[in-house]
Amino acid sequence: MNIKKQFKEGLITNNPVLVQLIGMCATMAITTTLFNGVGMGLSVLIILTCCNVVVSAIRKIIPNEIRLAIFVVIIAGFVTIVDLLLKAYIPALSDALGVFIPLIVVNCIIIGRAEAFCQKNTVGASFFDGIFQGLGYTLVLIVMCVFRELVGSGRFGGGLIDLAKGITMDGTGAGIQIFPETYGASIMTLPFGGFLTLGLLIAVMQYALKKSAKKQELKAQEEKEVEE
Amino acid sequence: MLTNIISISLGAILINNFIFSQFLGCCPFLGCSSKVETATGMGLAVVFVMGLASAICWVINEYLLVALHLEFLQTLAFILVIAALVQFVEMFLKKSVPSLYSALGIYLPLITTNCAVLGVVLLNVQNNYNFLESLVYGITGGLGFMLAIVLFASVRERIEFSDYPECFEGFPICLVSAALLALAFMGFSGMKIF
Repeated sequence: MNIKKQFKEGLITNNPVLVQLIGMCATMAITTTLFNGVGMGLSVLIILTCCNVVVSAIRKIIPNEIRLAIFVVIIAGFVTIVDLLLKAYIPALSDALGVFIPLIVVNCIIIGRAEAFCQKNTVGASFFDGIFQGLGYTLVLIVMCVFRELVGSGRFGGGLIDLAKGITMDGTGAGIQIFPETYGASIMTLPFGGFLTLGLLIAVMQYALKKSAKKQELKAQEEKEVEE
Repeated sequence: MLTNIISISLGAILINNFIFSQFLGCCPFLGCSSKVETATGMGLAVVFVMGLASAICWVINEYLLVALHLEFLQTLAFILVIAALVQFVEMFLKKSVPSLYSALGIYLPLITTNCAVLGVVLLNVQNNYNFLESLVYGITGGLGFMLAIVLFASVRERIEFSDYPECFEGFPICLVSAALLALAFMGFSGMKIF
């Protein structure tokens, strides 16, 4: 078990959204305010961790032919639990995310991790995998939310900051106004902004990964030359 | 009644298009849109499954879950119905229309995890649609999906021959062009029917 490596994989080199390119529907749909993004990210993190633990715990007794059906039932169970908890304790978040909370059931990240990782690994490793992959997902959501909110309406942290200060509990707070709203490009908070922001983010990621790969290549080459 | 149906269909196809304004079904939208033919096949399969799933899930919700006060099981019940339905459709097509079955190939089982299908069923419940409205919403939502994916596939076929920055290769350039298509569909958003 290599926690440090798993951490790096989940957050950067094998990030679910930016590198594995899965679970994009919700990513584009709900990243309009930081409140939504953090709420969605944490919900997925919790569900992913629970599912990973359960799937890896029973991985030896699941018949191979019907494993997908079993995964779906386990995931749907945890999603229902989180959905009901959110409805009871944070109704504002439940309203804002709407149909996308139950839709976590068909989010490829969770079934993908169950299939690709938990089937072959121990409970402990799967637990940390769930946490780090969930964190990687949350990180992407936060980056997208901050960008879209700032460009779209000139604000930062809508809802979340007020929630932390205890002013409003409904996630509608204005957050910090960085520049006047009239100068914002409100199109960034619409679907157009969702597609564009994710496209740009993945492009930046590909650029960075290529650059670091090139650097490593150069380094290896230099070492080779020195050896010779 | 008729105006209601018309407004639901126009809404699902153009104004609240499943892909471009609700972000439902983005994975197959990006994954199966490299060629117009596969995109059309995928679109047809989704129309079929979405229509059928809307009808069956409405019946199950109304006469089983609501009647027995088991509404909290909705998500679980619906995903199982959809999975079983897709499996059934696959078996039926394999037996009776093998040509369509082979054309759809791997995309058929993948419809289970298409969030547009589960999404339309959940939205039917959320909007309190009756049986006919649910059915119409399912079919026209699928048609909206098909319109989007076919349009996007024809755009993508052209992207292949165009010149773009290296780091935009693959998904990013597709997402940017999808953004432009979403911009075009935004033109419908001001429309109001009846």
